[in-house]
Amino acid sequence: MMTATAIPLEHLLIVASLLFLIGLTGVLIRRNVLFLLMSLEIMLNACGLAFVAAGARWTQADGQIMYMLVLAVAAAEVTIGLGLILQLQRRYRHLDIDAASELSG
Amino acid sequence: MELVLFYIAATVSVITTTLVISRTNATHALIYLIVSLLSIAVIFFLLGAPFAAALEILIYAGAIMVLFLFVVMMLNLGPAAAGQEARWLSPGTWIGPTILTFILFLEMLYVLTGMPEVTSAIAVPPKAVGEKLFGPYLLAVELSSILLLAALVGAYHFGRRYMRARREDSS
Amino acid sequence: MDLLWLIPALPLTGFLILLVTEGRLPNVMVAVVGAGTIGLAALITLLVGVAYADAGSEPYSQILWQWMAVGDFTPSITLYLDGLSLVMTGVITGVGFLIHLYATGYMAGDAGYSRFFTYMNLFVFAMLMLVLGDNLLVLYLGWEGVGLCSYLLIGFYHDDLANGYAARKAFVVTRVGDTAMAIGLFLLYRELGTLEIQAVLTGAQASWESGSPMCTLIALLLLGGAVGKSAQLPLQTWLPDAMAGPTPVSALIHAATMVTAGVYLIARMHDLYLISADAQFAVAMVGLATLFIASFTALVQTDIKRILAYSTMSQIGYMFFALGVGAWSAAIFHLMTHAFFKALLFLAAGSVILAVHHEQDISRMGGLWRRLPVPFASMVIGSAALAALPFTSGYYSKDLILLTSLDHPAGGVLLWGVAAIAAFLTVLYSSRLIFRVFFGEMVTQPEDRSGLNMNLPLIVLAVASVAGGWFGLSAVAGVLPDGGIDAHEHQGVMVWVTAAVPLVGLLVGCLVFGTRRFAITRFTRSPAVAPLRKFWFGGWGFDAFYQRVLIDPFVAIAQLNKNDAVDAIFRGIVVVAGGLNTMFASSQTGKLRWYAANMALGLATVVLIAVVLT
Repeated sequence: MMTATAIPLEHLLIVASLLFLIGLTGVLIRRNVLFLLMSLEIMLNACGLAFVAAGARWTQADGQIMYMLVLAVAAAEVTIGLGLILQLQRRYRHLDIDAASELSG
Repeated sequence: MELVLFYIAATVSVITTTLVISRTNATHALIYLIVSLLSIAVIFFLLGAPFAAALEILIYAGAIMVLFLFVVMMLNLGPAAAGQEARWLSPGTWIGPTILTFILFLEMLYVLTGMPEVTSAIAVPPKAVGEKLFGPYLLAVELSSILLLAALVGAYHFGRRYMRARREDSS
Repeated sequence: MDLLWLIPALPLTGFLILLVTEGRLPNVMVAVVGAGTIGLAALITLLVGVAYADAGSEPYSQILWQWMAVGDFTPSITLYLDGLSLVMTGVITGVGFLIHLYATGYMAGDAGYSRFFTYMNLFVFAMLMLVLGDNLLVLYLGWEGVGLCSYLLIGFYHDDLANGYAARKAFVVTRVGDTAMAIGLFLLYRELGTLEIQAVLTGAQASWESGSPMCTLIALLLLGGAVGKSAQLPLQTWLPDAMAGPTPVSALIHAATMVTAGVYLIARMHDLYLISADAQFAVAMVGLATLFIASFTALVQTDIKRILAYSTMSQIGYMFFALGVGAWSAAIFHLMTHAFFKALLFLAAGSVILAVHHEQDISRMGGLWRRLPVPFASMVIGSAALAALPFTSGYYSKDLILLTSLDHPAGGVLLWGVAAIAAFLTVLYSSRLIFRVFFGEMVTQPEDRSGLNMNLPLIVLAVASVAGGWFGLSAVAGVLPDGGIDAHEHQGVMVWVTAAVPLVGLLVGCLVFGTRRFAITRFTRSPAVAPLRKFWFGGWGFDAFYQRVLIDPFVAIAQLNKNDAVDAIFRGIVVVAGGLNTMFASSQTGKLRWYAANMALGLATVVLIAVVLT
């Protein structure tokens, strides 16, 4: 496909920010660590959307490359994060983020 | 016509994302997330970024979400845990964060409106992306590969201890 | 005469050596350094004195270095030698050396041997700076230095708290006088623009006509300082308590040298008092009152050192009295002879105290004359000189004072009469002391432990007490305004009467205290006399008065602020800081969602501010 649609940038960015904020809400609301991680993924994805939209506005590949890097970071983060979740379950036998608050005071 | 497609895909994405954060069953939430990602991929296609769209589907929806599903299965976070989740997700917990994000959303609206630009009508083919990757962004590629290597080593170590502990538990 | 700077420098070196090697040198070395430096200084004083006489008795200044330069005020450390300072230096180093020699024996066996000589050397240095200083600032330096050393040495036996209180009392009371003196110095500088003594004296004569109120004020302020340091009324309460220090300290500081600093100051600043006759009369009155009161008090004391302390107070009253009636040279002459016989008396008393195992109450002594011959003879000779029996040194100086007072325009005979009564009492209490301590029944067995280093100074001082008055004091003739000792030739019947007073007193004293037939102990111990006896015993009530009027209200006011209102502000700051800390620490809950929510809130706030401001 050599053609693309001329979408107003404003709308794209609003969609991206909306998704980002929904992800943020998820981070603030959920107590289960796994859902927390999912909400983080939503936020990262929204950022990627913004990058690609910006790249499409200038007809440059830089947007997609940036998206690719974001993706690599998301992948690495999910990997480690899930490993941590498994260890958390192993030690404390629950996945409550509020209970893991030993760094208090 | 394609503009309408964009709006439909955007609406689907937003609705399914909202559903993701409000489900109590982990598997349901993951499925909704995958749908959301797919609709984002549709938007990428409309923007003329096929490479990014393919990456989104293959890696994000294909690999990362599958990882999540694996962990959900390992932890048995199915219907059994849904009750616990429901207790944690009482209506009272929604109010504060919702207000906060709503304020942020209003601010974002205020900042983002009034932009006359439109995205271009020309697509950016994968070949152009590849040329850039092997050219100016070569270093970025190398760095992201090292990052992935680090994640790999970390995951190996986490998993190894987990497996050893599991073996001790069952024996 | 270039060696003048060595005189104060030697004791200073001794002090520094002993300070640095605190307690690490063997006692012999400490004694050599401590007493040796003073001895060398005395020797050099002798040489300088000979050179001074050879050079025709011209005043000699030796500038050491400039102390400070603040605008127009550029005092320098300068040593000034004239007849007056030569006499003072001779007394300080000579008598000081003998006392140091005595102290090497007296303080042997004391754990603070090295510390003692450290302080003593510092004291001699400060005293020498006081008398050799060319300007009032150096004098004040020495003044403060001797005050410090007095405090350190009175409280030498610091294990007993009472000694510390006595030292503190001495320091605080003299401090009152020092403050008056400091104000006097400030006024002097403001009026005359200089603090150099010779410049002040000539400037005073040029600036102020006779009876000038400013001059009177300054003279009275300086008198205040002198009164404090010399333990005269009304600041005399510290001297009896200062006897808590070791006996050599009492001999050197509180008899021979430091308490005479006030006399020196007034003699040095004589022009001020010549200009202001009122101030001079005040000096005389202070001296007269003190000598009268102190002699009564000495009559009823039981501690041997307190008797001698009140006696010192009385004799210095004589010196002030002499300055007040215009017998300037006689005052300095009496200072010199008093140094000899009072040091002798104190050192002899020290030998007695040491022999009866540190017992100081005379009612617990008696019959010691056979067992302690040298102290006995010393005390007899010293008391004779104190009483001004004929042909002793005290006779020449004290009678000169009494005779000069006769010539005073404001009722000379009355002044003579009061002073003569006090002289009579002096003989009385001296004979009481001798008879109580050396005659009668032996209460405590004495043990004569004094060696040559204690007896030799006694012998030397005894000789000086007798012969010291025979040669007069011509050295001060050029300095003091009354033309020296020999200028006053008194004739007539009053000379004989004045000489007879101590003889009559001696007769009465021997009869009353020495024999049993005329003994009045039943009378003195009777209840009718008891209130008077108690009044005299407590120093005519000055201590009690000060306690009631000054100390108790001050302590009461201080008690009000016991919790320190000013400090409460700072404690309040601490409390507030602690509260803030608790508040902020509670925000670290350790919960991830709490932190994320705060981040989001912060983001919202920042964007809001950015949006609003642009």
